[in-house]
Amino acid sequence: MATERTPLIRLAKRTEMKRSSMWMIRVGSILIALILGCLPMILTGNNPVSAYGVIIQGSLSRPVYLKQTIRTAIPLLGCALAIAPCFKMKFWNIGAEGQITMGAVAATYFALFWYNKIPHVPLLIIMAFTAAIAGGLWALIPAFFKAKFNTNETLFTLMMNYIAIGIVAWLQGGPWEGRKGSQLIPMFNDNARLPTVFGVNCGWIIALVLVVLMYIYMNKTKQGYEIAVVGDSVNTARYAGMNVGWIIMRTMFISGAISGIVGFIIVSGANFTLYSGVADGVGFTSITVAWLSQLNSFAMIVISMILAVLEKGSNTLQTRMSVPASIADIITGILLFCMLSCEFFINYKLIFRRKGNNKKERS
Amino acid sequence: MENRCAIEMKGITKRFGQVVANDSIDLSINRGEILALLGENGSGKTTLMNMLSGIYQPDEGTILKDGREIYIHSPREAYSYGIGMIHQHYKLIEVFTAAQNVILGLDEGRMDLKAANEKVRSICKRYGFEINPEEKIYDMSVSQKQTVEIVKVLYRGADILILDEPTAVLTPQETKKLFAVLENMKRDGKAIVIITHKLNEVMEVSDKVAVLRKGKYIGTVNTSETSPQALTDMMVGHAVTLNIDRPKYDNPKKKLVIENLTCIDEEGVKKLDKVSFEANTGEILGVAGISGSGQKELLEAIAGLAPIKEGSIRLIADDGTETEISGLSPKKIRETGIGMAFVPEDRLGMGLVGSMGMTGNMLLRSWKNGKGVLVRKKEPSELAEKVLEELEVVTPNLNFPVRRLSGGNVQKVLVGREIASEPEVLMTAYAVRGLDINTSYTIYNLLTEEKMKGVAVLYVGEDLDVLLELADRILVLCGGQVAGVVDARNTTKEEIGLMMTQFNTREDK
Amino acid sequence: MTTIITLIVAAVTFGTVLMYGTLGEILTEKSGNLNLGVEGIMYMGGAFGLAGAFYYEKAAGVAASGPLAIIIAILAAFAAGMAASAIYSFLTITLRANQNVTGLALSIFGTGIGQFVGEFMRVSEGGYVALSNNLKEAFSAAIFPRFIVNIPVIGNILFSHTVFFYLAIVVAVLMYLFLKKTKWGMYLTAVGESPSTSDAAGINIVKYKYLATIVGGGISAIGGMVYIMTTAGCVWNHEGLSGVGWLAVALVIFCMWRPLNAIWGSVLFGAMMIMYLRVAIPFIPTELYKILPYIVTVIVLVLTSMRNSRDRQPPASLGNNYFREER
Repeated sequence: MATERTPLIRLAKRTEMKRSSMWMIRVGSILIALILGCLPMILTGNNPVSAYGVIIQGSLSRPVYLKQTIRTAIPLLGCALAIAPCFKMKFWNIGAEGQITMGAVAATYFALFWYNKIPHVPLLIIMAFTAAIAGGLWALIPAFFKAKFNTNETLFTLMMNYIAIGIVAWLQGGPWEGRKGSQLIPMFNDNARLPTVFGVNCGWIIALVLVVLMYIYMNKTKQGYEIAVVGDSVNTARYAGMNVGWIIMRTMFISGAISGIVGFIIVSGANFTLYSGVADGVGFTSITVAWLSQLNSFAMIVISMILAVLEKGSNTLQTRMSVPASIADIITGILLFCMLSCEFFINYKLIFRRKGNNKKERS
Repeated sequence: MENRCAIEMKGITKRFGQVVANDSIDLSINRGEILALLGENGSGKTTLMNMLSGIYQPDEGTILKDGREIYIHSPREAYSYGIGMIHQHYKLIEVFTAAQNVILGLDEGRMDLKAANEKVRSICKRYGFEINPEEKIYDMSVSQKQTVEIVKVLYRGADILILDEPTAVLTPQETKKLFAVLENMKRDGKAIVIITHKLNEVMEVSDKVAVLRKGKYIGTVNTSETSPQALTDMMVGHAVTLNIDRPKYDNPKKKLVIENLTCIDEEGVKKLDKVSFEANTGEILGVAGISGSGQKELLEAIAGLAPIKEGSIRLIADDGTETEISGLSPKKIRETGIGMAFVPEDRLGMGLVGSMGMTGNMLLRSWKNGKGVLVRKKEPSELAEKVLEELEVVTPNLNFPVRRLSGGNVQKVLVGREIASEPEVLMTAYAVRGLDINTSYTIYNLLTEEKMKGVAVLYVGEDLDVLLELADRILVLCGGQVAGVVDARNTTKEEIGLMMTQFNTREDK
Repeated sequence: MTTIITLIVAAVTFGTVLMYGTLGEILTEKSGNLNLGVEGIMYMGGAFGLAGAFYYEKAAGVAASGPLAIIIAILAAFAAGMAASAIYSFLTITLRANQNVTGLALSIFGTGIGQFVGEFMRVSEGGYVALSNNLKEAFSAAIFPRFIVNIPVIGNILFSHTVFFYLAIVVAVLMYLFLKKTKWGMYLTAVGESPSTSDAAGINIVKYKYLATIVGGGISAIGGMVYIMTTAGCVWNHEGLSGVGWLAVALVIFCMWRPLNAIWGSVLFGAMMIMYLRVAIPFIPTELYKILPYIVTVIVLVLTSMRNSRDRQPPASLGNNYFREER
């Protein structure tokens, strides 16, 4: 009888793994993803090697391309940093999309109505500041209900995204509409645009500063410690005299504020206007960036760059080889699947049945 | 007589990471017999039985049923071999009715709830259980839930029944009923295993006793040919002449006064009912009671972790000033400047941060210290160093996640940290549960040392022998009420045992 | 009066799309899997459904039959949805990857595939993919005879819809019967409530989780196909389809995980989404109507968590993976 045998493969939790083999597995998973990514190219009759070549060329080979790639990476990185503390706390904030949008709305308000009354630098500071407040408050709403009534935060933050996007759609066609009937908000005055440094809007400096700040915040501060304890066990946090509800709300406010700043960078540094798709999925993609980086700030730089290279390179691929640019999303998806899968092999070990005896291999 | 052996386990070994939970265990289970599987907490009883019920698979060893080798990969397969287990934590779906839970997993296809309800009713009638098959689980009491579990196994016609500490939550009446049922089933020729660490129950109900100690199999004896003393010897390795040192503190003063403390949990159940007592400096006040009598709530209420319906908790300083702390949060209690230390029952879930190392866990008490936004890791890492050395904690390094340490080391980290805070009141819940004898004595000595420093110690324990030798006075809880406070030096186990159950008896009649 | 009737008819048309998305996700979530990839799944369903019908017509030529095209479109979409959620299932159930992150990854992947296929077809067919008018009509035709549709008021409200609407109701009712009246349904609910309990009871939870999630994905995908083949007029339209999957996730909450609620819930949500085209309420800008479904869902979510009624909660294990030897 088939059931009267030990199964072919059993699972067990791994206790410890060498750092080097961990990285081997991770790099290996990226390679496998790239190989799997060849499939759609082959199916559409393209040579995968040259296609990858175009992707790399089109994103990194020239300063112009590189700048565009970095411009794509900035919001991903910034937003991943915003999400990290929430996920550390095991608060599944998937509302960054909406928090970005609300930040962008606040920044846009000043860009549209105050650009001629406030000088350049103070204006930008005010825009950034109000964007942070707006994003933070937007994130605070689900956090409040989580703290008070334990309302499911995954679903709540998700809904908040579309409410924010809907508000922008209304602004776009209503109060902030530029030319009547255009359904567009006017472009920002130069006064409200972020200056460029080395050819890329200075958002990259903000993002890199945030990387360092977030690293310190998470690892060296009292609040970072509180977040880690809450994420491990709410009861332990209460036992240690921490006010869990307050910590949830504070962390979400900070997270939303950073997302709001990202929204400010997007409108003031890249788009120079506001429209309902301003966040463009960044809030979602950055969640995967944060998770795959194991919430490590510095690893986020690498992951967000990889995804940006794919996206920028695929645009070039579309123009040069007429492969739809959506190939970027497919390869990104495959990459995420592979990297998510590889964590399994880091956390668990497989025990194979040996023929003849029941002795199990020890690792 | 023909071969009555139903299950034979040979050389069973099970590891969890670096912890060996079962080490090459041999055990046979016979039909028409009640086997008591005896051992201290953490001796591997439940793990061993979980391998029969298909929850775990052994790393090494074989299981024979009626002489044939079998592999049990899942609970479903266990049932197909006629093995049914009633777990300590009930595995019931809260939003389902009793009958739905009973037929859960039985077979697929059309659902005939009416027939199931009828059959459940008839089983209840036969054995005298009192449950309504159409009642939802979330509306049931703990003992009703256990009944559902037992009915579930009977419904499936299991002929090998395993009960994991079935009496821990029952009143004496309910226990009697349960034992009567077990006797009936034994007469039917079923093989029954009860996992327990209560000797009186072993003597009362079992035919044979198998003893485990620290994951190892010690032996099996006939109940009629043994005595509690002999079993204890097998369980702990040597006769329990505990010889815990109990010096007397010269000048005890009132430290903690509790009056009319009433707590109601989230489900609206009264967990503490007008509890009043005093604890003194230089004294270990033992707290006894069958599990779930309100011990957990009592300590958590004092620590500010459980909501208090009414009553007062006052701490009295050396100069006689009283501070009311009932209703204050742990943070507020700390801000009053009262040194209160608490070693909770759920060590990793409440007392420690499992994913952090010793340093990170020492920080749990001092993280607020110092000005500024940065945490100071210097003092906690020195403290971790000190605890590591003084209590001989075995860990690869100070940043090794404590979750991966063995139970004894986890407890040393926790107790070490709490004592280092130099408290005025020290509360411990099941401080030695799952620990080996040596570590247990380390803990006893630490508590006694604290007592002699003038600390008021509250010791919630389950082992009456320890309570009798360690504590100065013993507070007995029963069903959330105080059954009495006795002088530990002038009382007997029997007296306490009686007090532990008396209130239930009175109420049920 | 006619305004109201046209509003209802339009609401049903859009609601039908949502109903599939929602019903599929209800089945998925009942098993404890929160699949946030619905958006991607519906994209794939739309693209592959269109591709199925298009290439069928290309192969069959003028002989192409409407009903067969519909069946092929349904099957193609269903298969695409199953494939997508099979990936999700493998990652979360077998490899125990985080459900939220995996769902989002599937969203990215699925929208990419949908877009890619839609674009690829357009490019490879010389810039335009469309069905013949015959088949188009087959997809959007009312299935009841003319004279029934012509009954005043109720004819339009109840009988003027496409086959997909009635099929969706059948799916909803079947799912209700499955969950409430069969053991499989009861076991699935048990798995979603407490995998460890179900496991101990001998239920093969891996099987249930896989089946529910994969079939659920297939059902959701049909919604995407219905959108492309009815509302979008048999042309690939990714702008129109974007956000529909997320709305379906919202609707699952609004329905309290009950399939029968999805019938009226989706029509209500459909009405809210298209109201801006038909109804003007003074002082409320029409653009803001579109956020009504989300606001209503948030209110439902908050109210149920405040009331904390035991029978009206998400499946208890929603979002968590299960590993038997966890300790």
